[in-house]
Amino acid sequence: MSGFFDIPSDLQHSWLGLVGLHLREALLPVLAGLVVALPLAQLCVRFRWLYPPVLWVTTVLYAIPSLAFFVVLIDYTGQTELTVMIPLTVYTLVVLVPAIVDGVRSVPQETLAAATAMGFGPVRRYVQVQLPIAVPAIVAGLRVATVSSISLVSVGTLIGNQGALGNLLNDATIYNRPELAWNAVITMAVLAILADAALVLVRVLLTPWMPSGTRRRKTGARPEPAAPALEDAAR
Amino acid sequence: MFGALIRIDSVTKRYPDGTVAVDRLSLEIPDRSITVLVGPSGCGKTTTLRMINRMVEPSEGTILIDGKDITQQPVNTLRRSMGYVIQNAGLFQHRTIVDNIATVPRMLGWGKEKARERARELMGRVGLDASLAKRYPYQLSGGQQQRVGVARALAADPPVLLMDEPFSAVDPIVRKGLQDELLRIQDELGKTIVFVTHDIDEAVKLGTMVAVMRTGGKLAQFAPPAELLSDPADAFVEDFLGADRGIRRLSFFPSSGLELLTSPIVAVDSTAEQIAARATEDVPYLLVTDLEGRPLGWGEPDELTAGEIAPERLLPYGRPFTAGSGTLRAALDCAVLSPTGWAVAVDGDGRATGVVSQQTIAEAIRGAHAEGRTDAKAAR
Repeated sequence: MSGFFDIPSDLQHSWLGLVGLHLREALLPVLAGLVVALPLAQLCVRFRWLYPPVLWVTTVLYAIPSLAFFVVLIDYTGQTELTVMIPLTVYTLVVLVPAIVDGVRSVPQETLAAATAMGFGPVRRYVQVQLPIAVPAIVAGLRVATVSSISLVSVGTLIGNQGALGNLLNDATIYNRPELAWNAVITMAVLAILADAALVLVRVLLTPWMPSGTRRRKTGARPEPAAPALEDAAR
Repeated sequence: MFGALIRIDSVTKRYPDGTVAVDRLSLEIPDRSITVLVGPSGCGKTTTLRMINRMVEPSEGTILIDGKDITQQPVNTLRRSMGYVIQNAGLFQHRTIVDNIATVPRMLGWGKEKARERARELMGRVGLDASLAKRYPYQLSGGQQQRVGVARALAADPPVLLMDEPFSAVDPIVRKGLQDELLRIQDELGKTIVFVTHDIDEAVKLGTMVAVMRTGGKLAQFAPPAELLSDPADAFVEDFLGADRGIRRLSFFPSSGLELLTSPIVAVDSTAEQIAARATEDVPYLLVTDLEGRPLGWGEPDELTAGEIAPERLLPYGRPFTAGSGTLRAALDCAVLSPTGWAVAVDGDGRATGVVSQQTIAEAIRGAHAEGRTDAKAAR
């Protein structure tokens, strides 16, 4: 009788190893997405006409199933983690770009006018005023992107056991060990909750200037985490 | 640093769609004084203000500060040499109060500690408690935030202060406090302040000079407030000043010339002889004061019984005016509010120093108008 945490040897990892792998495959794309989204969002704020087409493109990319991405990418990047992480990075943009744009735009007009009148150039104003004030909205976007990414990593199992904890789902059927499926689902859920909590903590530490009672309200337009999660389930 | 002279020379602002916000405006803004730009919305007053720190660039014309064209220096250097106060303060919500105030000194390269020390000094100057230094803007009331806005504008000791409807968004009582504070600070610092408002009362109260602008960005009149009230240039200015400009003009005449009667005042514990002695033909009422001389109310001599004057049965005396520093407007207001038609003058401690009738005040008004004697200081 094998235990709950006994991982079949074909996965070449212990349970903890799978957890580490899973986090890497899920969080690196979020980080990469942030690096891409920050300048992209700034362009959208600067040139208003750019925002609708950018939003359209990110939404269309989000609508492409990851399998389709894999089919295309596998010729270039093979059956690797990278093949899994590239589509995940692309998917984060649909959340992160609007989150940053809305956050930066939510800076009150008089704050911007005051900054300009005090002699802030555009770059200084962006870095010292707009971005810090957008932090709550950006973190809200990161939370959705992170949770969604953690759940999406498991599709990597389809291209030769690149799905980290998701690989357990496949093994559960092969070895007829349903507890492996339970293990995968529960571990992923716990990881998502912990990552989310960590981001909330980061936000609280970064924004001592927010009224505690209105923290949620002030973050502005933010997609409900449940919506993308449901879409992921359908994917 | 004391204020500088600003010269606006036939400046026009025309937008690409053809709208003219400011139309060949020329103004000589005197140094070390408050010049108010006032007018209805769309009259170009804010545009004019923003042209002084080049947040808006004029289409034609030049602006000189102490004889130097403002386009002759880098725009951010120019802006850092001018304080700017805006409606709702526009504070940086992510920075503490002390760091908000220290913003411009920090940009000018001051060390962190020196800038903060300066910020704390300014908090005292604008009437903010030092304990607020480490707070964030959301923890302050609107009035306090506006004080921070003023302190932030003053931080680098700029010669020029631009204020764009700074007190419009706070309630009337707080606004009055902020206005008085601004006048006090100005007395100490002597900046050149350009102040934009749509509130003519605020303009008359604060301005050494008032520029009334009309829709289309044209100057309607540029004059000291007393002159504005006595001699409006045209129907537009007269209309903008409102119906009671005659009454408001009385704010510019001191009440110190009024002859106060001291005889019809009795203390609450007066004897019958004292009451009888004070009652005269010309004064139908007696003002009853408490033992320290503060007014309690008016009574008819016949109804006042020695030793047992009941304060609650006396007639109200309205709102007294201050004998030395008050204006004819305050005196008249007091006489009108008092059911007896007599105004009560008090000293700084609230003790009654005399009473004066509506007739006497009316004569003083006629006399003042005849002499054309205006004292702008009396408005404050």
